[in-house]
Amino acid sequence: MALYSEKVMDHFRHPRNVGVIENADGVGEVGNAKCGDIMKIYLKIENDIIVDAKFETFGCGSAIASSSMATELIIGKPVSEALALTNKAVVEALDGLPAHKLHCSVLAEEAIKQALKDYYDRHGIAYDPKPLEPCDTCCLPEQEHDR
Amino acid sequence: MRILQSMKIYADNAATTRLSQTALAAMMPCFSETYGNPSSLHSVGQKAAEALYAARAAIAKELNCDAKEIYFTSGGSESDNQALMSGAAWGAKKGKKQIISTAIEHHAVLHTLDKLKKQGFSVTLLPVGEAGLVSAAQVEEAIGPDTCLVSVMTANNEIGTIQPIDEIGAVCKKHGVLFHTDAVQAAGTLPIDVKQSGVDYLSLSAHKFHGPKGTGVLFARKGAMLETLIEGGAQERGKRAGTENLPGIVGMAAALHEACEKREENVAKLLPLRERLIEGLAKIPYSMLNGDRNMRLPGNVNFCFEGVEGESLLLLLDDRGIEASSGSACTSGALDPSHVLLAIGRPHEIAHGSLRLTIAPDITEEEVDYIIASVGEVVAYLRSFSPLWKKTHG
Repeated sequence: MALYSEKVMDHFRHPRNVGVIENADGVGEVGNAKCGDIMKIYLKIENDIIVDAKFETFGCGSAIASSSMATELIIGKPVSEALALTNKAVVEALDGLPAHKLHCSVLAEEAIKQALKDYYDRHGIAYDPKPLEPCDTCCLPEQEHDR
Repeated sequence: MRILQSMKIYADNAATTRLSQTALAAMMPCFSETYGNPSSLHSVGQKAAEALYAARAAIAKELNCDAKEIYFTSGGSESDNQALMSGAAWGAKKGKKQIISTAIEHHAVLHTLDKLKKQGFSVTLLPVGEAGLVSAAQVEEAIGPDTCLVSVMTANNEIGTIQPIDEIGAVCKKHGVLFHTDAVQAAGTLPIDVKQSGVDYLSLSAHKFHGPKGTGVLFARKGAMLETLIEGGAQERGKRAGTENLPGIVGMAAALHEACEKREENVAKLLPLRERLIEGLAKIPYSMLNGDRNMRLPGNVNFCFEGVEGESLLLLLDDRGIEASSGSACTSGALDPSHVLLAIGRPHEIAHGSLRLTIAPDITEEEVDYIIASVGEVVAYLRSFSPLWKKTHG
């Protein structure tokens, strides 16, 4: 289908890191059922390094591909790098997303941030809450998605 | 996941159909021999005019009306627009400014009604209930002294429900109200008889019954007001300017004749296969049929599957050679799922997981079984990592 790049279709058809991490160090869930997408990301963190990431997603092709790519991009990276992951980086790694699907990449960015926030909270690590604040990207008018 | 590309099943006939060989054969001479402009006086022009007249007469015969009551348009949307604008113009003339329709009409109707609202008309959209049906009694109850027009589709494009058009037509006649029906999805599988149904306006689109795209019909009863949307030449008795799409019109006439001729045979083929498909898909846990079980088009199957999203479902089915559609927001780029699914009471999260399969009579039992098995596998796979599914049924 020409709607998506080969990369998106590859990650949609063969999603990487699908599943659950038992005893995860951080879990983040964003989106809502009403809008048609929910993303849940699990992180295993050792010595400040993300040693494993898994996801579960209810959503369209680009939501599944974005989850898959986002987990790929952060595995093996220090927490600080995962925290700096932007939706733009996810989109670029996927060779682009259609304009009305960009919010799926935003969800992936936010799911990781929520999981990291959960990690900090569970481990009593002090953090700057500002970059971790969830922004409600779901159900916004189209142009709001095109960021 | 296992991917089978050997199968190729087109199950999206409500979106559009493949052009029939009969229609194609009828169209070909219009490109090379009868290429004249029907408004021209010379021989090739007059040949075109004859072909145009023959197509008009053939279509009128199928609909049981006079050839002068047939207006050629660019398709269903234009016909819907023109019918509603005409009914409203008649209302404005009579000082009646209420229009009655339903919550599940096609956007060509709903968006035209929005436009009329801005022009001062009041619009009553009747609810359809979980079955996706309106009754003539509902229409009669809504009719008031201010009502000028009723527009109710013959059959719904998403959930395939068939409305009691003849009864609604009788109610409208009784109250002196104009009646339009969008019969775009009905042609080919339901009998269309404008005399029996008492409609004043009826819309058709050729490509829904194996005719070519870009051509449609507006039936307007003799004496019913008709507004011109496209100004220009005197084509279509001054009601629709522009050189006629002769190949399209000739192809449409051939396709309609073929569809009507084979209607009973096709319906007899479709019904048991539709039933097999519905029964097979109903066995998938937490699935639900959308639209009434019986009052539905012979080729229409529409289900919701809890915990999955429609676009993912479509993409994975496409990988398996099954071409279908969904009322999910993600498939249309809209923010909300299908207005039809919401109108029959499906919650947003369930409406996102809808699948529409609209089959043609050439589908085989084996293909139906392949669809059932594939949908079952894909739904189970998507549910296996759906947090929504785990939350509700995990």
